[in-house]
Amino acid sequence: MRHLMNPLDFSVEELDQLMDLAGDIEAHPEKYAHACEGKKLATLFYEPSTRTRLSHEAAMLNLGGSIMGFSSAASSSAAKGESVSDTIRMISCYADICAMRHPKEGAPMVASQHSTIPVINAGDGGHQHPTQTLTDLLTIRSLKGRLNHLKIGLCGDLKFGRTVHSLINALVRYEDIEFVLISPEELRLPGYVRKDVLDKKHIPYTEVVRLEEALPTLDLLYMTRVQKERFFNEEDYVRMKDFYILDKAKMALAPKDMLVLHPLPRVNEISVEVDDDPRAVYFKQVQYGVYIRMALILTLLDIHVD
Amino acid sequence: MVENRLNIGKISEGFVLDHIQAGKSMEIYKHLRLDKLDCCVAIIKNARSNKMGKKDIIKIECPIDIIDLDILGFIDHNITVNIIENETIVDKRQLKLPKEIKNVIKCKNPRCITSIEQELDHIFVLTDEENEVYRCKYCEEKYNRH
Repeated sequence: MRHLMNPLDFSVEELDQLMDLAGDIEAHPEKYAHACEGKKLATLFYEPSTRTRLSHEAAMLNLGGSIMGFSSAASSSAAKGESVSDTIRMISCYADICAMRHPKEGAPMVASQHSTIPVINAGDGGHQHPTQTLTDLLTIRSLKGRLNHLKIGLCGDLKFGRTVHSLINALVRYEDIEFVLISPEELRLPGYVRKDVLDKKHIPYTEVVRLEEALPTLDLLYMTRVQKERFFNEEDYVRMKDFYILDKAKMALAPKDMLVLHPLPRVNEISVEVDDDPRAVYFKQVQYGVYIRMALILTLLDIHVD
Repeated sequence: MVENRLNIGKISEGFVLDHIQAGKSMEIYKHLRLDKLDCCVAIIKNARSNKMGKKDIIKIECPIDIIDLDILGFIDHNITVNIIENETIVDKRQLKLPKEIKNVIKCKNPRCITSIEQELDHIFVLTDEENEVYRCKYCEEKYNRH
């Protein structure tokens, strides 16, 4: 039985197959509408994440399956002190597959060790969020037509932004990838990611503070939110939160075919006036998130549709 | 001045762990769980050493298959492991870094699941042999030796 803990759990070839399947689901949704009939997805969300939870639930419902679960630790037996390992043993008796979001890093891995059903890591603290990375990869591949020969700007909170770390880890497996790391000094990409991932694999990158400087040369720009919940000090957050605001004027500096992605939710970092720009694809990204999760559910449940 | 000439007799079967950094022997005693063994154990602290100045030595008289010495490679791979049979050194085991270590060090990341999940083993995995980097199996936090 397979679980998904980390985007690197899948080889590049397996990712290709997963994205091919997602592409087929997008083209022929009716073919898959009953693929999971009789199957149940449990969404075990120990912290709120409406978007990720609903995306998994929409994926299962689109496949004809059903859903159950909870959306905060307070509404689960965790409030009574139940361990993750006991919860998953119990859930394994109710559901066929589960998606777990937990504020503690490694919690889904603990679950996978005691589970008799496939476990999807739907985000564990600041550690991994593999289905977001799969979503990002599918969005890029679908809208750009490739996952290699790309110059990618990563902008905002590169220090705590796990989506950025995961995306870097996933993209360095493709050919001719170059990064432009755009952040304030305090939110720079951590040294271990630069050293252990970029330097080790000889991936070219530059670090800049000004977004305007990077924009003219990019194939895609991945914007991130400065996450209030990762700061211990309110003052630091207030100082950083509006450091980058992508607006129409800045978009005028970007190439005509550059794409703007964002894992969402957005706060101030992308002005709403950019939403109508055809290069702004962050809401399409949400749709791709459902397709890739449908493909993932089918793959982990080993369900094949002819 | 007290002369440093404490002698412990030979053992017939077991191990002599030599060249232990002075003061580290009790830590090794604990990690090898020697207190759980019903066998003769001698700990010599601060023995004179030409190479190290001072060193610790542990002698364990036991069947040679009942102790897992892998953890020594993590604690200090410069320790000399002499394997004794019939009161003679029959082998010197080379220590290497273990691929995985369980419940020897604790994950210090307050965001790690090991900080709240009871009965969960603290497991660290060797992720970079060249630089001797161990990371928590669950949260991937790097263990800093110093």
